[in-house]
Amino acid sequence: MSTIKLTVNGKAASVEVEDRTLLVQLLRDHLNLTGTHVGCDTSQCGACVVHIDGRAVKSCTVLAGQANGSNVTTIEGISKGDELHPMQAAFRDNHGLQCGYCTPGMIMSAIDIVHRHGGKLDEDTVRHELEGNICRCTGYHNIVKSVLDAAGRMKVAQAAE
Amino acid sequence: MGVEGIGASVVRKEDRRFITGKGRYVDDIKLQGMTHAHFIRSPHAHAKVKSIDSSEAMKMPGVVGVLTGQEIVDDKVGNLICGWAITSKDGTPMKMGAWPAMAPEVVRFAGQAVAVVVAETKNQAKDAAEAVVVTYEELPAVPDIRAAIKPGAPQLHPEAPGNVVYDWALGDEAAVKDAFSKAANVVTLELTNNRLVPNAMEPRAAIAEYDEAEEHFTLYTTSQNPHVARLVLSAFYNIAPEHKLRVIAPDVGGGFGSKIYIYPEEMVALWASKKLRRPVKWTGDRSEAFLTDAHGRDHVSKAEMAFDKDNKILGLRVKTHANFGAYMSLFSSAVPTYLYVTLLSGQYVIPAIYAEVVGVYTNTTPVDAYRGAGRPEASYLLERMMETAARQLKVDPAELRRKNFITSFPYQTPVIMAYDTGDFGASLDAAMKAIDYAGFAGRKEKAKKEGKLRGLGVSCYIEACGIAPSKAVGSLGAGVGLWESAEIRVNPVGTIEVLTGSHSHGQGHETTFAQLISERLGVPISQVSIVHGDTDKVQFGMGTYGSRSIAVGGTAIIKAMEKVEAKAKKIAAHALEASEGDIVIENGEFKVTGTDKSIALPMVALAAYTAHNLPDGMEPGLKETAFYDPTNFTFPAGAYICELEVDPGTGKTSFVNFVAADDFGRLINPMIVEGQVHGGLAQGIGQALLEGVVYDANGQLVTASFMDYTMPRADDLPSFKLSHTTTLCPGNPLGVKGCGEAGAIGASAAVINAITDAIGNNKLEMPATPDRVWHAIHG
Repeated sequence: MSTIKLTVNGKAASVEVEDRTLLVQLLRDHLNLTGTHVGCDTSQCGACVVHIDGRAVKSCTVLAGQANGSNVTTIEGISKGDELHPMQAAFRDNHGLQCGYCTPGMIMSAIDIVHRHGGKLDEDTVRHELEGNICRCTGYHNIVKSVLDAAGRMKVAQAAE
Repeated sequence: MGVEGIGASVVRKEDRRFITGKGRYVDDIKLQGMTHAHFIRSPHAHAKVKSIDSSEAMKMPGVVGVLTGQEIVDDKVGNLICGWAITSKDGTPMKMGAWPAMAPEVVRFAGQAVAVVVAETKNQAKDAAEAVVVTYEELPAVPDIRAAIKPGAPQLHPEAPGNVVYDWALGDEAAVKDAFSKAANVVTLELTNNRLVPNAMEPRAAIAEYDEAEEHFTLYTTSQNPHVARLVLSAFYNIAPEHKLRVIAPDVGGGFGSKIYIYPEEMVALWASKKLRRPVKWTGDRSEAFLTDAHGRDHVSKAEMAFDKDNKILGLRVKTHANFGAYMSLFSSAVPTYLYVTLLSGQYVIPAIYAEVVGVYTNTTPVDAYRGAGRPEASYLLERMMETAARQLKVDPAELRRKNFITSFPYQTPVIMAYDTGDFGASLDAAMKAIDYAGFAGRKEKAKKEGKLRGLGVSCYIEACGIAPSKAVGSLGAGVGLWESAEIRVNPVGTIEVLTGSHSHGQGHETTFAQLISERLGVPISQVSIVHGDTDKVQFGMGTYGSRSIAVGGTAIIKAMEKVEAKAKKIAAHALEASEGDIVIENGEFKVTGTDKSIALPMVALAAYTAHNLPDGMEPGLKETAFYDPTNFTFPAGAYICELEVDPGTGKTSFVNFVAADDFGRLINPMIVEGQVHGGLAQGIGQALLEGVVYDANGQLVTASFMDYTMPRADDLPSFKLSHTTTLCPGNPLGVKGCGEAGAIGASAAVINAITDAIGNNKLEMPATPDRVWHAIHG
């Protein structure tokens, strides 16, 4: 057993876990943050993507111990109170989700994509970058639309800040 | 149309919880004292279970119990059922072997459970499972359908000699023989419809809780149809009578058919929760999903089509072998028979059709309905045939189709279905215009100069949805009726709850159904709650599959709403001292026509519940229920055209354009409808290019993870160009047809027709991987 100290969505947490515990298990089972999902067992589907120190990471591929001391953001931590993150709003407005299961991972990956590419996103880049997130419902059509829409919104939001 | 009524693309009410991580899926639920189950699964595709020794495992930390297949049989939990009885052409009933929830004696597919370990934590259950010693005596396995029907093949079930479940036929054999004798041309085609894994992104899960005081069970489960689950668990599996079993399907992360069925894991969780007196949770991992979720498709077919000298179709003859896997899943028997052969007329006048289907056991995962269920197989066969025929007859593929289109409705096909309406020419025209069909030859020539092989493929599909008229399906062997129920509760302050037997697992019912209420009663959709997925809340319902929710479930809501309106009008007339016949409902107001007198819905509702001033003899309250049984299937149809390029050097396919023109009747929320089409197209394209189950000769599933089974990813697919043509369905008051499966039904043939057009070789099986395409080009 080990004690893991980390910051999750801005709050300090200290959790005692078995050494083999994955970050996604720590989040779901110990902190009750069930918005981060598990969709596979081979690190392929991306339903478990969170941000560790600002970078998108598949939380099923990270031992909880590896996240010790880090700053983790999950889907529950990106809106400001009732105000949705522009990526969340874009997914809703463009019907970028159906069953919702892949959605948290998609949104977390997509925010990272926009951060890395800034205003230079086009459809091909978004499709290529989403290669690590599987959706079975939408055919990706509206997810791609959502990400491109959000890229514009995030730029505006950034300019306003 | 109101701003939130029929035809409005309003954003979904349910989205907020999903985009903020507040969705509530089964695995998100924790109960007090909950234990965790891990199944011990056979590594062999066919073997005798000689012994199970759990003595060491029982000593391990946290272990609550290890339960075996023999114990579940001893406790008289029923075997899994197949709910649709099919009769072979010789008059004998289908031949089924027993399927116990965990195998006591013989395992027949790799992954079949033989025992379950229940422990305080999931890791403890997994650790202890490693210590359970199961000894098997391996038996020869036969995963391949062609091998399974050969003399001397390993036999799966003593009840089904030769591994044949049924040998069934539909149509007029003599008329087809006569048609072929008069043919100017006969076109033949052999094809395989590849086996697929549904792969909803949420793996299946179940939590069972037994309340000893009330002798009552609660099951949280990933189900498309919780009431059907309760019915089957009560009536056939002897878990508990219906009033002692509550089934809850909360947020469910996709289904695509695979969550229709009641699987062994749910049965075991319920049984174990009583046996161990602890809540039991099981959450499948993706590997278990690959091994145990019902697979889809898996047909091998031979088809012949007869044409007269004017290229009019005279007849169609089909022989299909359908792979059922090791056991007959809940609706499996109906899929390659009444959901497949009945659609073999497609959009065409085919005077005579005869189809034979042989259902076969193999040592593979059971196969059942997957998005489209039989209809994609029919559409693929027919549309590959039309394309093949056009090439053989040297006519334009679109024109050959147009020449043979059904143009007069209603139209009785020779294979049971009576199409109510449609305009197949209109959707083909729309698709051809969208893709610039006329300009294709020039584009192909240009691509050739750039070293690319460009192809164009058409697919004109029709499907039977709105499943289904109960009497009709009952006469064909279905064990259930396929009506739907709705209850509308207008609360005293005028908010509205709609209880529906449909179940949403991505389809957006919470929005679409609320729009129906908004349209009629003028209330904003925020004032309407759609309640579904809980047998304690909704009295009964048949669930969601077969693109039935709007056509059947939506109509049930309309029927219940008519009753609500009728009573509300009486109350309004009484309050306004007017005649009931003079009351009209406009924008949430009950008005006396021709006057300025009116009363708002909340005041009518309040009057209904205060009951101070109701018409004489009227019961208080404003709540009505309707059970709606459709009179016919609905028939969504459309035309898809795919344009793509093949790189002859690598065999890789790249999309240039994909257009879809669908006729779904009236659209309630076009945004949601288009989303359904996008997803269906992706699954159809996935089948054509990427997805395919592979078993090795011993029955080991080679494609058992996302590393090995190619799921469509964002960069595998194009953006789609959608359009709609409209003929209103005359069979229901909304004029709706359903849209959930169309894309998956029509897309595969368009893609394969396009690739075979590009490479000039018609011999190409799905999935058309670069390797297969390269070999088709270069031999």
